Amino acid sequence: MAKVLMKGNEAIGEAAIRAGCLNYFAYPITPQSEVAEYLAKRMPEVNGVFLQGESEVAVGYMIFGAAACGERVMTTSSSPGVSLMSEAISYIAGARCPAVFVNIVRGGPGLGGILPSQGDYFQATKGGGHGDYHLLVLAPDGVQEAVEMTMMAFPLAEKYRGPVMIMGDGLIGQMMEPVEFPENLYVPPSNKDDWATTGMDKRGSTKKNIVKSLYLDPKVLNQNNLTLKAQYEQMKREEIRFEAYNTDGDYQALIVSYGTMSRVCKTAIDNMKEQGLEIGMIRPKTLFPFPEKAIHDAAIKPSCKRVISIEMSMGQMIEDVERSLKGKREVTWFGQCGGDIYTPEEVAEHVVSLLKNN
Amino acid sequence: MGKTFSRPEALSDAHTHYCPGCTHGIAHRLVAEVIDELGIRGRTVGIAPVGCAVLAYNYFSCDFQEAAHGRAPAMATGMKRVRPDLMVFTYQGDGDLASIGMGEIVHAANRGEKFTTIFINNAIYGMTGGQMAPTTMPGQRATTAPTGRNVEETGMPIRMCELLSSLATPGYIARQALLKPQYINKAKKAIKQAFEYQMAHKCFSFVELVSTCPTNWGMTPLNALKWAEDTLIPYYPLGEFKKPE
Amino acid sequence: MQKEVMFAGFGGQGILLSAKLLAYAAMKQGAQVMWIPSYGPEMRGGTAYCTVVVSDRLIGSPIIKNPAHLVAMNRPSLEKFAPVVKPGGVVLINSSLIPVRSGRTDIQELIVPANDAAIQLGSVKCANIIAVSAFAAKSGMVDIEILRKCVQEEFSSKPKLIPINMQAFDEGLKIAAAS
Repeated sequence: MAKVLMKGNEAIGEAAIRAGCLNYFAYPITPQSEVAEYLAKRMPEVNGVFLQGESEVAVGYMIFGAAACGERVMTTSSSPGVSLMSEAISYIAGARCPAVFVNIVRGGPGLGGILPSQGDYFQATKGGGHGDYHLLVLAPDGVQEAVEMTMMAFPLAEKYRGPVMIMGDGLIGQMMEPVEFPENLYVPPSNKDDWATTGMDKRGSTKKNIVKSLYLDPKVLNQNNLTLKAQYEQMKREEIRFEAYNTDGDYQALIVSYGTMSRVCKTAIDNMKEQGLEIGMIRPKTLFPFPEKAIHDAAIKPSCKRVISIEMSMGQMIEDVERSLKGKREVTWFGQCGGDIYTPEEVAEHVVSLLKNN
Repeated sequence: MGKTFSRPEALSDAHTHYCPGCTHGIAHRLVAEVIDELGIRGRTVGIAPVGCAVLAYNYFSCDFQEAAHGRAPAMATGMKRVRPDLMVFTYQGDGDLASIGMGEIVHAANRGEKFTTIFINNAIYGMTGGQMAPTTMPGQRATTAPTGRNVEETGMPIRMCELLSSLATPGYIARQALLKPQYINKAKKAIKQAFEYQMAHKCFSFVELVSTCPTNWGMTPLNALKWAEDTLIPYYPLGEFKKPE
Repeated sequence: MQKEVMFAGFGGQGILLSAKLLAYAAMKQGAQVMWIPSYGPEMRGGTAYCTVVVSDRLIGSPIIKNPAHLVAMNRPSLEKFAPVVKPGGVVLINSSLIPVRSGRTDIQELIVPANDAAIQLGSVKCANIIAVSAFAAKSGMVDIEILRKCVQEEFSSKPKLIPINMQAFDEGLKIAAAS
């Protein structure tokens, strides 16, 4: 298929349809409203469902209701909206329903701003809602990867019967890049007859299905949480994705960075290479599960003197990087979170000054 | 002589956890009888609220989902939009529907979502232990209104049927009661009517059932019925408030 | 080899569209492209700007501090962005609305009275098309014939607008050739 030039937000909407998700509920919020605008036009063309809910709170439960019926379903929002949806996300995780949430992150806390940010790292990877649960979190670095991750998100959500989040940022949502919609990423929906409320007639069963998250018996609740934990452990074995950049040879410092920020770092690394300075990078593509081993192994290379977590947040991912290094290397943070993004020149300047002071 | 009375097929063979004298059992039975009579059990999905009826999925023998507090209408919306062929009902109490879930019920009704809501109004929070509800009567005592509801501070009780009837979108809105056989017969007719409108993909349908809570009202079941008749019925008049067309 | 151009002007001047057309043309030529809009409160009537990056390899940073070229459609844009253009770049100045010059000697100024020329053609709305074709001709960033096709396609759903925009396109080429 030929490449088309698309905005990240629109491409995510189209990717959902290509992934066989014909159900979309959302509430407008900058900088992701183009997904809703795009799908408002596009869903009727494919006999799909588009509905603008009255709030992100309600949308979260529209997603829950639809997902509990076993249908592929998605919503998109941005930071304050995802906070409101976090209640439903906890219920969906507890009730074990597959669903896809996209967060086109903007600055926070509170209303924050509308410019790009990665300030929702903790919310996405450590919870957000209440209770013992995780989301599988995919972090694209551009429009093409946003498309691929959106398409992958639905089968992943079904594999683990849980919510999957795509964490982009305002820039990925707003910018246009050429994209291709890879047909081989389409995976037919899994059979959900053993748990989904599809109606007994439809599945030819006399056994009712109940989708719920309430387990008053402590042993049963514990068992449900153990089931979830087993899934998260399986994700750590099977779903970790990352990109290693310029790590084949020796390098004096290792950058850990993801999403838009990692693209800036790549350019900085290329520019430093031209100046004769070798810097490596590990880019997590999954934020949960986190590529702990890859970061650890890259950081302990003898040539590597510094490890820097470069983020569009005030130092959130750095905690996972520290955890990965098990005390063997010190890691420092570099970033900002007001909406401005460091340029490749500023990143390079920072790295050079760190190495000088070493 | 043949069998004249039996458990509806749509009810499970289970003992409920409801208190003695509680009218939830009657409401469950009426909904189940209607499901049986319409022959829709195999394509019905109920949604349980947060509240006394949270375990309703154990008592009905059809598919069920369990919502968060007040969000059942949003879940029902999600379900009906992606599976319009399913028969969907929410079963909600007054704290769930008229307090924390006010936004969801008003917007679902206003969009004319084609599902049915059974609204149990017993003027108090049951499961959490007798706190004040939006439907608690002026002067009525509750654990969070120990000297009785002070309407100067908390406003007047909300009449959901009247409020939803004010929406311009067509719908079926009715209030009946579960206090005596005549009322119960009318309540069943209203529930059946509501499900029939849903079957015909006609409109949103809403049946409020004035109910009792002897435990949290601190009354015997009989006194509770009398108090509801004397106090609730004058403020929450029975009848059909709105019909489509 | 990577080149960037920043389009800047008032909201409503068709800045985003000019940039998109250029990005389309570059993509059709087989290049890697990126179109990065400014978004935010400044969209509403203030300065709108948009950067297009064209490269023969994978594009890294979407954050461009020093673009190779600038298309300035109003005075605040010129004053704000002309100082950051890389030496040797093209700075298009919409002289209908900008009475000043960049003040730089290490760049190539391209003076285009885009609004006046557009009004003469019958609609001020096509000033952005005049600007983009003039810029493309001067900078050589994309193939002119491919860009022309992209403009045509852009208006294919409103065929009535094709003739005037084609005239605008040619006008831009003429102005660039005369400069």
